[in-house]
Amino acid sequence: MDLLNALVALSNFVIVPAVAYGAQLALGALGVTLIYGILRFSNFAHGDTMAFGAMATILMTWWLQSMGVSFGPLPTALLALPVGIVVTAALLLATDRVIFSFYRAQKAKPVVLVIVSIGVMFMLNGIVRFIIGPDDQRFADGERFIINARVFRDLTGLREGLAIKTSQGITLVVAVIAVALLFWFLNRTRTGKSMRAYSDNEDLALLSGINPERVVAITWIIVAALATLAGVLYGLDKSFKPFTYFQLLLPIFASAIVGGLGSPVGAIVGGFVIAFSEVMVTYAWKKVIAYVVPEAWEPDGLVQLLSTDYKFAVSFVILVIVLLFRPTGIFAGKAV
Amino acid sequence: MNPTVRGILLFALVLGLIVLSGFERSWNVALGILNMGLVSAIMALGVNMQWGYAGLFNVGVMGFVALGGLAAVLVGQPPVAEAWAAGGGRLILGLVIGAGAIAAAIFVWGRLARGWPRALAVTAILLVGFILYRWVFDPAVEAVESVNPAGTGYLGGLGLPIFLAWPVGGLLAAGAAWAIGKTALGLRSDYLAIATLGIAEIVIAVLKNEDWLSRGVKNVIGLPRPVPYEIDLQNSPAFVARMQGWGIDPVAASSVTVKLAYAGLFVVVLAILLWLSQKALASPWGRMMRAIRDNEVAAEAMGKDVTKRHLQVFILGSAVCGIAGAMMTTLDGQLTPTSYQPLRFTFLIWVMVIVGGSGNNFGAVLGGFLVWYLWVEVEPRGREVMEFVTAGMADGYWLKAHLLESAAHMRLFTMGLILVLVLRFSPRGLIPER
Repeated sequence: MDLLNALVALSNFVIVPAVAYGAQLALGALGVTLIYGILRFSNFAHGDTMAFGAMATILMTWWLQSMGVSFGPLPTALLALPVGIVVTAALLLATDRVIFSFYRAQKAKPVVLVIVSIGVMFMLNGIVRFIIGPDDQRFADGERFIINARVFRDLTGLREGLAIKTSQGITLVVAVIAVALLFWFLNRTRTGKSMRAYSDNEDLALLSGINPERVVAITWIIVAALATLAGVLYGLDKSFKPFTYFQLLLPIFASAIVGGLGSPVGAIVGGFVIAFSEVMVTYAWKKVIAYVVPEAWEPDGLVQLLSTDYKFAVSFVILVIVLLFRPTGIFAGKAV
Repeated sequence: MNPTVRGILLFALVLGLIVLSGFERSWNVALGILNMGLVSAIMALGVNMQWGYAGLFNVGVMGFVALGGLAAVLVGQPPVAEAWAAGGGRLILGLVIGAGAIAAAIFVWGRLARGWPRALAVTAILLVGFILYRWVFDPAVEAVESVNPAGTGYLGGLGLPIFLAWPVGGLLAAGAAWAIGKTALGLRSDYLAIATLGIAEIVIAVLKNEDWLSRGVKNVIGLPRPVPYEIDLQNSPAFVARMQGWGIDPVAASSVTVKLAYAGLFVVVLAILLWLSQKALASPWGRMMRAIRDNEVAAEAMGKDVTKRHLQVFILGSAVCGIAGAMMTTLDGQLTPTSYQPLRFTFLIWVMVIVGGSGNNFGAVLGGFLVWYLWVEVEPRGREVMEFVTAGMADGYWLKAHLLESAAHMRLFTMGLILVLVLRFSPRGLIPER
């Protein structure tokens, strides 16, 4: 029995990575859920929007690095973030003007907009691969760890080490700030309130003089910021590869649906639900169990429920379970 | 213009383009485009059934296509006797236990009254079932996979003629479609989309990781063929004599002959499926489907069981995709799970259906040929454009190298552009529904 070591091992391999991943998913899902709430369609281009935002930030980071600018122990990418957000916002506003606004004016069915977003997804995917290529890119610099395993062991004298990467810390801090700002905006400002009104009841909102085009434009800008944040944080934490961002679409949609499409709180909860289940189901529990149970009971196998390659299956199964028992998600989103 | 004439002209145009690439490059390339065009056309037919007839939004085409590919391995490859001896029986037993646990859980769920005893019982059944399944299954997998891992390491197939795999591929895809349709149909359309997206990723994950089934990323190569091998033709005196009699090089002729043979087989399958789809669309069943698509509430009020009809057409369409998948793997002669990419096998098929004309079978077939032709042609054309653009730049300039290198990625952008343009200016496609 060694509960302390078990707890440290659990934090190191499950809690810390899952919290960081959950925050990234939550930021992604917030974007999806906002588009769903305001523009009323599931945006399949969101994964590639994240990739685009991350790409813009990476290019800016490289430029800053080549100019000799650095952010001390923090990654230079944080300095490049505002530029990435502005570029992505410009792109999203342009796609809206050129492509989506036409269907809005026609009052097209949501599924038509979904198919249009597939076209946009193809184009963004092509643009990202065209500019930065399909390969892995590393752009993280600065201090790698807030605390690394060896230092932690020396400090505490425990057998298990606890490593917290800088990227994980930054993910959490940035996500908390972003979410706080978003909720302040939605709940306290006039524009935010008009957005919520528009989402709740379009006709009433129009009658009370809310300008729909302004609401839509602001939504795209916020979505650009959220998508860029999610993309950059994910890229800092893991690595940047255009295809992985496309694959993130599934867990992100799962998070948004599990939480309830259209509900911002739901998107955050959904993100953490999906992240924790993915990490817990694919983690080999042998080490943690070995600390908790007497030596004789120690398991032979890895005690891994599913291999990590099945992480998509986890988001999928949770999605199906929630849909079967609570079709509108945990926080009763809207059903169009 | 008369729609029939317009359709014939469009088909002639696409075939002309393919023939042109035969003159311009080689007949091997042209027939390669034609064969994959035939397969793509069948996939597009399947998606058109779901979207065009019934308005179901399936973005898991890749999964059904991959299941068809798995069928080609399971039917065509010879069985590996040592692997079966090592753990085949135990492995099957494990799978039966797993399926039994799920069935028992569903049964108990249906029988017991609502409340915590039911939740507890179902959880217990699933938990015990899972542990039992892993306990039986894991050693068997290890035993099977350790039998000559470099050469086989899997159970093999049934060793039957490979064209039997085509209907079997359809059946496998239909089974998967039944399971997914049972859970996700009747919910909102977006949910079906996400559910199918998920199931497709899971199918690919299974193919990549379950080495005992499909050799995973080690790939199954050298699948048996329904047509003769090039080398046999080249060694056959009769074939060589005839080709030389016609004044054609026998080596080049052999590969063209093989591709023509595939094309012949595929044309037969496409013709049968197209005929069946046309009959179905023109029948009362087809009219009912379109009625449901256009107004679900009204159709339901007329006494049509919307959910059941949706399930039916979802299974049929997926089965067609499965057949096409098995045909494609037969054509490739190998199953490579890593080659299944959603952009290529799900969303490109969607582009085919939308561009061709959703709701019209001929439109979907046309879209299959045209978009596949473009998919193949955009890459060399993109490079030519880039060479033209960069002609004025100095050699070794970074932008020139980058542009030339990235030209290959233009095809994704082009496909997106085509989709968006068609949706904007001709939303009903090239051959619209009548």
